[in-house]
Amino acid sequence: MRYVDEFRDPELITRASEEIYRLADPARHYRIMEVCGGHTHAIYRFGLKDVLPSNIELIHGPGCPVCVLPMGRIDDGLAVARNANVIFAAFGDMMRVPGAHGSPLEHKARGTDVRIVYSPADALQIARRNRDRHVMFFAIGFETTAPSTALTLMRAKAEGIANFSVFCNHVTIIPAIRAILDSPDMRLDAFIGPGHVSTVIGCRPYEWIARNEGKPVVTSGFEPLDLLQSIVMLLRQLQAGEARVENQYKRVVPWEGNRAALKAMAEVFQLRPYFEWRGLGFISQSALKIRDEYAEWDAEQRFPIPGTRVTDPKAAQCGEVLKGVLKPAQCKLFGNECTPEHPIGALMVSSEGSCAAYYNYEHRKAVAMVTSISSVA
Amino acid sequence: MCLAIPGKIVEFVPGQTQLGTVEVTGVRRKVDLGLLQDDMPMIGDWVLIHVGFAMTKISEQDAMEQMHLLHMLGETEQAIEEVRGYGLEERGEHMNGSPRLS
Ligand code: SF4
Repeated sequence: MRYVDEFRDPELITRASEEIYRLADPARHYRIMEVCGGHTHAIYRFGLKDVLPSNIELIHGPGCPVCVLPMGRIDDGLAVARNANVIFAAFGDMMRVPGAHGSPLEHKARGTDVRIVYSPADALQIARRNRDRHVMFFAIGFETTAPSTALTLMRAKAEGIANFSVFCNHVTIIPAIRAILDSPDMRLDAFIGPGHVSTVIGCRPYEWIARNEGKPVVTSGFEPLDLLQSIVMLLRQLQAGEARVENQYKRVVPWEGNRAALKAMAEVFQLRPYFEWRGLGFISQSALKIRDEYAEWDAEQRFPIPGTRVTDPKAAQCGEVLKGVLKPAQCKLFGNECTPEHPIGALMVSSEGSCAAYYNYEHRKAVAMVTSISSVA
Repeated sequence: MCLAIPGKIVEFVPGQTQLGTVEVTGVRRKVDLGLLQDDMPMIGDWVLIHVGFAMTKISEQDAMEQMHLLHMLGETEQAIEEVRGYGLEERGEHMNGSPRLS
């Protein structure tokens, strides 16, 4: 447990870890999925595996927004960007995500006007300042980000800003969890529920997982102690044979969510009948589309969209990793063809992607260890 | 982009009720407060910010803890760079800074 000293409350961490050892039945193997990519990043960064018994396996879920986006959507967005006069605005996380004909950053190098923004509001601001250009915001994200895009569109409409649109790729977390639970090669015991998504949607939307699927859910904070406490709460439920939704992250997550945020989303978005997810395929009612009342600001209505579909490189196993069926290092390309410097899949680009997290912490650590052992030898 | 950034409300923007100025480790930027309209923060309140929008009010202690968490995850600089990059300021063209390639 050599990481423990680094933590703020080493004693509390040790105690939580001991409690987990006490609660975990040695005859059982527990598979707990952390849904959110922020949790995946934290779990690797803090080396939490080292303070858990070996029969508790943490499975990384689909909650990394750039990772679940099918490559074709990036190509479609960039196709719009190639129209004369268009400025393509997106978060920095998107910039290196490969499309079939290169990433947004590579398009920028070839002359497309690609801008990095930190907020959808910034994209709208670029439109206000460049009335002779059209600014398209390439929107990604779960319910954490979708309300901000919604409010930005409401502001654009209220101000009548005509040179602005959104290419909407917002997805919703619940159908993805459902798809994973429905997938025959998946066996899970419990879920660590997302933190920030839950500040918006609250805890109720997870209740069916407990009620119908019999699996406990605990929404969790991101600190090492939060994550360990959440695992304690899950194990207590499993030990008692219960399945409930509990909220470990009460200091930030209200049980009912954020009403104003949900209202803004409902005003601007409606559910798409289906949407393709990388690795998970088409999932019904899993993504948001801009309502007709906002059609003027919907890039998919304003511009011709090629509807590109790209199959991932054969050897790339992003889909299996995304579903939690394979660990990152089990992908044949991991660490060879696919590295954070030369990513093949989006899971290797974002810090929330499990391949990048695994590479940056576990893989580098292992390589360093091998190097130091061989230098001693 | 999943982790929220804690900031303290230091000012409201006159004539733009939906905007507030927050301070994050000495950097001041405008953020949108529209998602908190049911429970508007006051000067001195702490909020969690995500992509330029205040998402939820938090206590000062939780704000400190969140900052500490970003530090532990090695994301403090990215967070400050993100806040610096928010482009709602009056003066000058949007400063991009270097891309946030997390
Ligand atoms: S290593 Fe690369 S190709 Fe393989 S699953 Fe991860 S991101 Fe995809």
